Amino acid sequence: MSRVTLALRSPTSRRLLTSLAAMAVVALMTGPSGSATQPMVGPTGSFGEHVSIFGLFPGPRWLLFFLFALVMWGIWTFWLRRGTSLRAAASTLATPPKRAFAHRPVRWVFYVALIGVGVVFPHLVTSQYWQSVMVEQIAVFVLLALGLNVVVGFAGLLDLGFVAFYAIGAYATAWVTGSLPTPAPFGVHLNPFFAIPVAIALVMVAGVLLGTPTLRLRGDYLAIVTLGFGEIITIFANNLYGITGGSYGSGGVTGKHGIPHFSINLGPIHYRWTLNPVPYYYLILVFVVIFIVAFSLLEHSRVGRAWTAIREDEVAAESVGINPLKYKVMAFAIGAASAGFAGVMTAAQSIFIFPATFTLQVSINILALVIFGGMGSIAGVAVGAMVIQTGSMYLLHSPPSGYQPADLYMYLGALLMVTMIFRPMGLIPSRRRRREIVLTEAGEGHMNEVLSGENP
Amino acid sequence: MGAFGHFLVSHFATLRLEFWGLLVGGVANGLIYGMVAVGYTLVYGVLRLINFAHSEIVMTGGFTSYFVLRGVIGTSIPNGWATVGILVVGMVAGGVSGAVMAMLVERVAYRPLRRRRAPQLAYLISAIGASYFLFNLAGKEFGRVLLSVPQPYVNHPIFSVFGAPVQLYYLVIVIASAAMLLGADQFVGRTRLGRGLRAVAQDSETASLLGVDVNRTIALTFALGGALGGIGGFLLGLGTGVVYTMGFVPALKAFTAAVLGGIGNLRGAMIGGLLLGVVESLSIAFVQPAYIDVVAFGILVLVLLVRPTGILGERLGRAA
Repeated sequence: MSRVTLALRSPTSRRLLTSLAAMAVVALMTGPSGSATQPMVGPTGSFGEHVSIFGLFPGPRWLLFFLFALVMWGIWTFWLRRGTSLRAAASTLATPPKRAFAHRPVRWVFYVALIGVGVVFPHLVTSQYWQSVMVEQIAVFVLLALGLNVVVGFAGLLDLGFVAFYAIGAYATAWVTGSLPTPAPFGVHLNPFFAIPVAIALVMVAGVLLGTPTLRLRGDYLAIVTLGFGEIITIFANNLYGITGGSYGSGGVTGKHGIPHFSINLGPIHYRWTLNPVPYYYLILVFVVIFIVAFSLLEHSRVGRAWTAIREDEVAAESVGINPLKYKVMAFAIGAASAGFAGVMTAAQSIFIFPATFTLQVSINILALVIFGGMGSIAGVAVGAMVIQTGSMYLLHSPPSGYQPADLYMYLGALLMVTMIFRPMGLIPSRRRRREIVLTEAGEGHMNEVLSGENP
Repeated sequence: MGAFGHFLVSHFATLRLEFWGLLVGGVANGLIYGMVAVGYTLVYGVLRLINFAHSEIVMTGGFTSYFVLRGVIGTSIPNGWATVGILVVGMVAGGVSGAVMAMLVERVAYRPLRRRRAPQLAYLISAIGASYFLFNLAGKEFGRVLLSVPQPYVNHPIFSVFGAPVQLYYLVIVIASAAMLLGADQFVGRTRLGRGLRAVAQDSETASLLGVDVNRTIALTFALGGALGGIGGFLLGLGTGVVYTMGFVPALKAFTAAVLGGIGNLRGAMIGGLLLGVVESLSIAFVQPAYIDVVAFGILVLVLLVRPTGILGERLGRAA
């Protein structure tokens, strides 16, 4: 081997090359976008465009990112040195003290305070934009993420078509309230409150129908089949003009009336939700709390333990009398329930629904919330959903130069990959999951089927 | 005769009229599916996992050959040997870029996980992330619109099969993909590197004890599958143009083809691809175009439920 190749293979120069490559990718990601007439503007502009370098002097972008790469290389090299305080400080930050939290009263005070913050919060946010974002993009996605967490986090099944359940919930609401081109059941137009049980029942049935045949399959096949299922639901919603209104949305070509808002008419109490997002916020908040309580009870119940057992070693679980298919279908149906409920909320709140709201990208978005927050950790998933959705809505609201709304999925994809590589247990790991990952990586358990070299 | 009987009769009449035309189109599509399916089947054979990012390798091949063709082809449409030369250049560009991208995906999205012996779920998520990242990055860089690829020939019918005209484009697909599939088959079955690949697929530990470099073999597997996927991307782009989402549907169908033929089985992937292409094409006589993708997906679900090992069965690691 020549001296040059040896030099390139030394760890230091490898780190330098990796830093350069990483920063080149970041330069592309943050650079200008190409167009039909000028498809090369993206790559050339990303490196050639002139910017202010650290606010000091003007220069081309490549110089800026070259400097970034050098900084990254420096930090990386420093990080790997033994005995530096950098690493110790980071690991202290990453593991917060858990002692106080083990006391039950402390925990309860924390939960009550959290709900208090949740109640006061909309009054601290005065911007109209952020109030509606809180409902449509944050609260609804917290619900969706909680549901997908049951499937991916608790049962360890990768569902890439989760948006289908969300869509079914929303379309069921439009159907029950008589807002679809197809007539409502029994010809009565109901208040969306009645849509909640109907939608949840429908999505759970859909979950069982989809799950019973497909959940026998291995994990990777399941992912593809659910992906196709999500696509098919969108294709149907887009093309069945007589039933769903097709691509025109729930109004259809003829312009059916919109989906009514929630209302309460109980004896002396009359209340009607309106376009104002704050009352919707409180309605969803109540259900988020209900779902969180229900799912965490479920996690620590017999069912939750069965899910963990199946996730960790399906064969062992089966040999101690757990029926894997039954519990997997259950996870599918229960997870779907919360997506169906989110669908009801979206439908009632947005008056008309369109197939374009329920694309595959939404499934990936929800998956990113769950993975980033921490698979199997309810707190993690909720926090992850809030952080990512706030971030993406901030980017939409005040985009930095060169950012287009569609770029979001590029960042979410990168986030999925980076999380899996550097912190597979997510932002706030569940204790069970962390232990599991550590054990598997130490070579225990049977989750590792990749490159085992044996025929299945 | 009921309404359904009438439906069948009228549609079979359509089918009889259109049969040869649909068959020609189906074979051409099927060969492309087969080429892309080879990538899934090889990676599955060696790593026991589905490379979710394979669709983006198809996309990479399509875009690279688009830029190369744009540079090579001038204002006038080439003919004769110039056409052949340009097609070869386009295939090489698609194949090389596909192979490079596949190796990059392996290096970035899979190897860190393999080093840590991560659970299977982690690979799937990381690969989906890679796929989303790549195609949205392409959308950002080159615009989110369909770009039509400059044509290296005038696409006129050159001969006919039972009255159905066969266009030059279809002939190009058939020759190119048949050559590539045969080449891949011979490579895996006969060469030293192919033997190493099969050895790792059978039993990676023993193979590494016997001196096969497992990491290099895995990279080779990705490169080989990526080259065929990239050429598939070139052929697809030639017909329908290139766009950042172009890989998704063909790759989903190629995966169906791989499962249909028996995943891990190289010849199975080719047969599965042809069969899927033909069945899908003939179904045009019966369903509206909007639901064609539903047909392919229905076939996938049916195969997975009825015969998950596919037509030829999973033959991991044995000679093609």
